[in-house]
Amino acid sequence: MVNLSSYLILGGLLFALSVLGIFLNRRNVIILLMAIELMLLAVNLNFLAFAHYRGDLAGQVFVFFILTVAAAESAIGLAILVVLFRNMRTVDVEELDQLRG
Amino acid sequence: MNFQSALFYFFAAILLFAGLRVITARNPVHAALYLVLAFFSAAGLWMLLEAEFLAIVLVLVYVGAVMVLFLFVVMMLDINPDQLRQNFWRYLPVALPVALLIGVEMVLILGSRYFAATPPPTPLPAGYSNTKALGEVLYTQYVYAFEVAAVILLVAIVAAIALTMRRRKDSKYVDPARQVRVRKEDRLRVLKMKVSRYGDELHDHAHDGSQPGGDAASSSQER
Repeated sequence: MVNLSSYLILGGLLFALSVLGIFLNRRNVIILLMAIELMLLAVNLNFLAFAHYRGDLAGQVFVFFILTVAAAESAIGLAILVVLFRNMRTVDVEELDQLRG
Repeated sequence: MNFQSALFYFFAAILLFAGLRVITARNPVHAALYLVLAFFSAAGLWMLLEAEFLAIVLVLVYVGAVMVLFLFVVMMLDINPDQLRQNFWRYLPVALPVALLIGVEMVLILGSRYFAATPPPTPLPAGYSNTKALGEVLYTQYVYAFEVAAVILLVAIVAAIALTMRRRKDSKYVDPARQVRVRKEDRLRVLKMKVSRYGDELHDHAHDGSQPGGDAASSSQER
């Protein structure tokens, strides 16, 4: 039977999966951005599960704002990525050491 | 196991599979398409959670706009996937324990009886509209947050355009400010020419071999 913890476990597994993706794809910024989107999806799933099982609409409102901010974030991230590629001709994270960090 | 549980496990399996393929796909285009699949199955799960408006927004905004943007960028950049996948499994000894630890901890905590014992939600009335209910709280209780979200979107538009805008080098472009700022002294030069007869001038130019047109014109004007 599906209950609240089923949804929460699914969200947790998806989050762990995207953490794994961020570790593995350390060279490709595009896949890193996709893994971040996947993380936000997992978090949104948790919010909606709580909103449904607690009967509180605030969770859905919060997901609405997360979607807004995530769309803005990915737009700016992709713009930065395009400028980066234009200047460096690569999207490899390990070659981006201009700041000597 | 009723129909809703079957749907949940169906969508959850697709979601996890698509997430796994997003992070391991060799080609970034395939990764983006698997992310689209993940968004679609997540939208199905959100429908099960009775968040119909947000499920449709996820498909419209994320699949329709953000993922198309991702695909545009992936196809616009000339990247070599094989070069970017060198040492792909190098961090696996670090990554796998961390991810397993996160996953196992979350399963242990979230699967405990405290969360499982949450009572199932009360059924909503027949004429209930999720969009209407969301709109009612969004435009009253959360109206300031809504305005801030609008400002964030505006900032994102301006930032994305300002970051990627590039002026073409070969475009015929006139700057009105520089046009207005032009002074007479910068452009006009009055030459003092030696007064001479016509025959002498012809003689001189034949010796020089060069005939500056501007000088000749101004000297003829002086005469």
